[in-house]
Amino acid sequence: MTDTTLSTGPASPDSLHTGDAAKARLRARYAAEARFKWLGAGAVALAGFFLLLLLSTIVTKALPAFHQNYVALEVDLSADKIDPADPGAANFLGLVHDGMAGEFPQVSGRQERRLLRGLVSTGAGVMLREAIEADPTMLGGTRRIAVPLDDFADLYLKGLLAKSGPSCRIAGVTVSGAGDEVAVGFPDDAILAMARGAGAVDGEDGGLRLTSGSQSLLLEIAGGTLKITELSTGEAGGAIGKATVLEPLASASDMPDDAMLRTIETAEANRKITDREIVWLDRLAGAGKIENRWNTLFFFTGASREPELAGIWGAVVGSALTMVVTLALSFPIGVAAAIYLEEFATKNRLTNLIEVNINNLAAVPSIVFGLLGLAVFLNWFSLPRSAPLVGGMVLALMTLPTIIIAARAALRAVPPSIREAALGIGASKVQTVFHHVLPLAMPGIMTGTIIGMAQALGETAPLLMIGMVAFIVDIPGGFTDAATVLPVQIFMWADFPEPAFQQKTSAAILILLGFLVIMNAIAVVLRKRFERRW
Amino acid sequence: MNMLTEAGVEQQLADQGNTPAIKMRGKGVTVHYGDKQALFGVDLDVPEKQVTALIGPSGCGKSTFLRCLNRMNDTIPICRVGGDITLDGEDIYDPKIDVVELRARVGMVFQKPNPFPKSIYENIAYGPRIHGLTKNKAELDAVVESSLRKAALWDEVKDRLQEPGTGLSGGQQQRLCIARAIAVSPEVILMDEPCSALDPIATAKVEELIDELRQNYTIVIVTHSMQQAARVSQRTAMFHLGYLVEEGATDKMFTNPDDKRTQDYITGRFG
Ligand SMILES: Nc1ncnc2c1ncn2[C@@H]1O[C@H](COP(=O)(O)OP(=O)(O)OP(=O)(O)O)[C@@H](O)[C@H]1O
Ligand SMILES: [Mg+2]
Repeated sequence: MTDTTLSTGPASPDSLHTGDAAKARLRARYAAEARFKWLGAGAVALAGFFLLLLLSTIVTKALPAFHQNYVALEVDLSADKIDPADPGAANFLGLVHDGMAGEFPQVSGRQERRLLRGLVSTGAGVMLREAIEADPTMLGGTRRIAVPLDDFADLYLKGLLAKSGPSCRIAGVTVSGAGDEVAVGFPDDAILAMARGAGAVDGEDGGLRLTSGSQSLLLEIAGGTLKITELSTGEAGGAIGKATVLEPLASASDMPDDAMLRTIETAEANRKITDREIVWLDRLAGAGKIENRWNTLFFFTGASREPELAGIWGAVVGSALTMVVTLALSFPIGVAAAIYLEEFATKNRLTNLIEVNINNLAAVPSIVFGLLGLAVFLNWFSLPRSAPLVGGMVLALMTLPTIIIAARAALRAVPPSIREAALGIGASKVQTVFHHVLPLAMPGIMTGTIIGMAQALGETAPLLMIGMVAFIVDIPGGFTDAATVLPVQIFMWADFPEPAFQQKTSAAILILLGFLVIMNAIAVVLRKRFERRW
Repeated sequence: MNMLTEAGVEQQLADQGNTPAIKMRGKGVTVHYGDKQALFGVDLDVPEKQVTALIGPSGCGKSTFLRCLNRMNDTIPICRVGGDITLDGEDIYDPKIDVVELRARVGMVFQKPNPFPKSIYENIAYGPRIHGLTKNKAELDAVVESSLRKAALWDEVKDRLQEPGTGLSGGQQQRLCIARAIAVSPEVILMDEPCSALDPIATAKVEELIDELRQNYTIVIVTHSMQQAARVSQRTAMFHLGYLVEEGATDKMFTNPDDKRTQDYITGRFG
């Protein structure tokens, strides 16, 4: 035995820990440690990367929703439009539309007028009325009033609806004819290649036709705007074509003129805004009539079918009310249950059964709680539908197991010596628990509560069951008013077809995340407080 | 021989004044932890204003017996106590007895110092406050000071009463726990190996303190140190495997024990 050790082992007497084999073992250990360190760091980095990716996509998508474009219009508020004796009876939206028409006096024809009116939000009338109610001195003259643009107009101005292509200057363009269709002439045929690049198709007569499926070529000339519809080779190496008048020219003459050719790369068929509207909006923007404002509408109004009028405040208030109910129910009940089970209950079959069931409840899908709420709170207790009260109760049921489990773990983690110390000087059981054990367990209990509340805040499914998915315009004023909550609002907006709701969805997600951050911050502050008291 | 014995008895009487009254008395105390019996019919008297030391090998039931004296065993669900234990002739396991009051009269100091994670002041003030022993802040301050003085800790902490008790050294913490026990003016103080976590200097301080406390309190102390038992106690009880082997005056126990097991244990032959 000794012989073999000597013959196979290294030479030095303390070879067991210094020999080559030992060094190899040590190296292997260090290598394993290094591998683990790298794996850990890699995992953290990966998680961080995905978090960053998620946040950055949400933020970039949400940012446009935080601003809204307004158009400043000269609105006639004189006595013959609004009766000073009864201002409420006036047609405010009509006044706003008149102001809009005033900006574009040349626009005629029913369809065009309607298109123009559609650029301002349908909520503009209500806002004007409210502004006048707030400040009646506005009446009696023409005022410059900013009203929100319609969602598509707003999106276009934010660059989200149509992609503008390059523009170039062309000298010597002639325009002839009058009416809606005019003939245009170009000194060279470079325009033909451009039209081809823009997706023009060959017409029957050998020319090129620009349809709604191709890019739009807009020609700004002589104070007006034309849209090229047809092109063909002209004489002397030039090109001729036809164009629709989007904006009448100030001077229609045959004299050659400098023109600005703009392309809009998104084909008209593929966007929710027509060339005409684009031209109008650009005109307004060029005249400095568009104001990009911080979107107070989004932050301080309730839901709406009109994206530009839809706000998050109703859902925020609904969520806050719901969370208040949830916290007020689940925290005291959960902590009391945990204290009872952990400190007072004798361990027997019944308490074991309760314990197992509480643990199981924590794993029950949340929609089941929604069904329970529907069956018990709505159908049986006849509590109001869609109310934060009921939502809070359902979420409290869902949160209770989380809080109880966390609170029990926190109570169990308080060293028994503290209990013995208190009992040993004659503190009663209740005094021991409330003076010593509970305060020490509080940070842990609060962590569990915050986790539970965060879960509840992001919960959608159970609330759908009790009708909190209803479309509610009014901001809830109390616990029994119909309301919706942030995640449900996000869910609904994500489902709406209007493109402007996409940004709203992301913005609402950001606000939900902000809510969570605030809740966590409060928990951290409270926890610090509790820890410092000791 | 006869003379010597008489001189010894006289000496003892001189030490203790007259024959002390019995403060606590255990008769046929049995304890079960679940199915396992930990104490088998222990009869032990605790004389008033003396220090009684409980010695014996590990696991013999010293702590178990000590914890019976203020019903700390109640906190262990599987623990059942039988027999009679009286305090001033009253059965402490009588349902009429209020445990809270009992524990105020019979305080306890534990093996490991366990100050509350609160300020030094709060540690001491907690007991008097919950028992309503003081009427105002000034009285409470006085109780805190006198308790800390009795526990020989005042000079070390008087300038830092608001600092956390857990920030003291181990020996200071143990004296803080003793002060905390004293603050509720108990009649009996139970100490379970109070010096096992302390260095010799802190141990000496605590032993000195125990000797002084004897003037006013009845003390029962569990110790594994024979020297400590000999130094601080007037009476000693030897436990073995759940039985009380022998009890008597400390001098006699250490010089001339009746039972061979006591002799063996004291001389370090087992345990
Ligand atoms: N909470 C408990 N549950 C079950 N058995 C226990 C419990 N506490 C003590 N015992 C048992 O009771 C017996 C006596 O224990 P006890 O703590 O009284 O011994 P001790 O004399 O204080 O020992 P030590 O000197 O090591 O502290 C031991 O066999 C022990 O295992
Ligand atoms: Mg012990």
